Amino acid sequence: MKHFSYERVSSPSEAAQAFERNPGARYLAGGTNLIDLMKLDIEAPEHLIDVNCIGLDGIEQTLDGGLRIGALARNSDVATDERVRRDYPVLARALVSGASGQLRNRATVGGNLLQRTRCVYFYSGDLPCNKRHPGSGCAAIEGMSRALAVIGGSESCIATHPSDMAIALRALDAVVETILPDGSKRVLPIADMHVLPGQTPHIETVLVPGELITSVVLPRPIGGAHRYLKLRDRASYAFANVSIALVAHFDGPKLGAVRVAFGGLAPKPWRVEEAESGISSASDAASQIADVALSGAVPTKQNAFKLSLARRALSVLLMEERQRNDRKSQ
Amino acid sequence: MSIDVKDEVTVKTGALDVCFTVNGTRHELKVDPRMTLLDALRDILGLTGTKKGCDQGQCGACTVLVGGRRMNSCLSFAVMHEGDEIRTIEGLGSQSNLHPMQASFVKHDGLQCGYCTPGQICSAIGVLDELNRGVPSHVSEDLNKIAPSDDEIRERMSGNICRCAAYPNIVAAIREVMEKEL
Repeated sequence: MKHFSYERVSSPSEAAQAFERNPGARYLAGGTNLIDLMKLDIEAPEHLIDVNCIGLDGIEQTLDGGLRIGALARNSDVATDERVRRDYPVLARALVSGASGQLRNRATVGGNLLQRTRCVYFYSGDLPCNKRHPGSGCAAIEGMSRALAVIGGSESCIATHPSDMAIALRALDAVVETILPDGSKRVLPIADMHVLPGQTPHIETVLVPGELITSVVLPRPIGGAHRYLKLRDRASYAFANVSIALVAHFDGPKLGAVRVAFGGLAPKPWRVEEAESGISSASDAASQIADVALSGAVPTKQNAFKLSLARRALSVLLMEERQRNDRKSQ
Repeated sequence: MSIDVKDEVTVKTGALDVCFTVNGTRHELKVDPRMTLLDALRDILGLTGTKKGCDQGQCGACTVLVGGRRMNSCLSFAVMHEGDEIRTIEGLGSQSNLHPMQASFVKHDGLQCGYCTPGQICSAIGVLDELNRGVPSHVSEDLNKIAPSDDEIRERMSGNICRCAAYPNIVAAIREVMEKEL
């Protein structure tokens, strides 16, 4: 591991100031991804600013009845919070489907959003990767691409975003609050935070250097049936081949409004709002959503299975929720 | 010459002070910022019960309890643990007075080579605490009312790999303590 210097800060503004003094710095939160990457020299910051003690690990009600989750709240604490379990079960479900118990106790909300891809070529220091070493090429597109993106990628990169939590946050239309190195603050819809790779796959978010996530804000509870389905190669502790965050509302026996976000398919949480419109009159809601949300997909031979898997998984989820709704109204 | 090289490394990285408690004993350490909690426990404090398996958070052999919660000590720098209370396998029980989880692993033969066992036991103790606190898991049918079961044990222990595959006996060992304590 490369040498680095280390400091611990005790407030978000101190963190921002520390970054102003050390523009080559990275913030260190749970460390479960950053330290792993530093051991492999994929990340090699000159300076680490430990933000674990900046007082942002709480979860509080917002004025309009939503929930503000501190960026340093641990994944397991968010999943356990009574309000999250009651009002945002899709988020609790997504959180507990990710990583292991040990990692969830340590990993933070902010770090979860900013974790890097698990593309094996990104992790292999001796092979080309435009994300790790811009301009070096992509070994994945013609290589072992089974786990990689089928949509939203580019000729430069087909890495997927590995987070489960972010998929649920996208379905919930969460908002990300940040502080910039100059001390100013901004608010970003989760939909706008991650960017597609294009020709610059090393740029993964719209955050500027030194911008620190301070919290994630959930809107007022939106009701409906919440589901998070994760399909993977092992029953536990594996990344998704396909995942779906679903919030479905029923109007009597009929499906009303739905929200569908896909994981495992794209470089960012994949949700296409147009796919969800007019769904109550659709004869086959799953097909309509999949047709629109997944149009323009460019799968490889190895990962084309994800498209039919996503379609069938959504169909099953909607069927199960329909049956549950029918049972309730009987 | 070798002394010069060592001095140079110290200057470049800067040795940092950190103070934490391990198994009830307070330790003031000087560490390289790159040193993981795992290496500090093993190489500075001589607590070699905690094992290094994959060193990348995948196998769980390095699991310790920090503030009562299980975590991978390989994915954490020692300097991040200022003021923390850490518990390792050495702090759970002694040969004549085993921790109930240790006794249950012995009774149910929940090990073969034993390399993963300290991590398994620390993790299992963390699991019982999580069940007590109502932390849900991927297999919990009801997020608000968790029913202890073998499936819950298996899911929650998925971050601990046993290459000898003593899994059925590990589950039996944890189940027995779970049924007594929950």
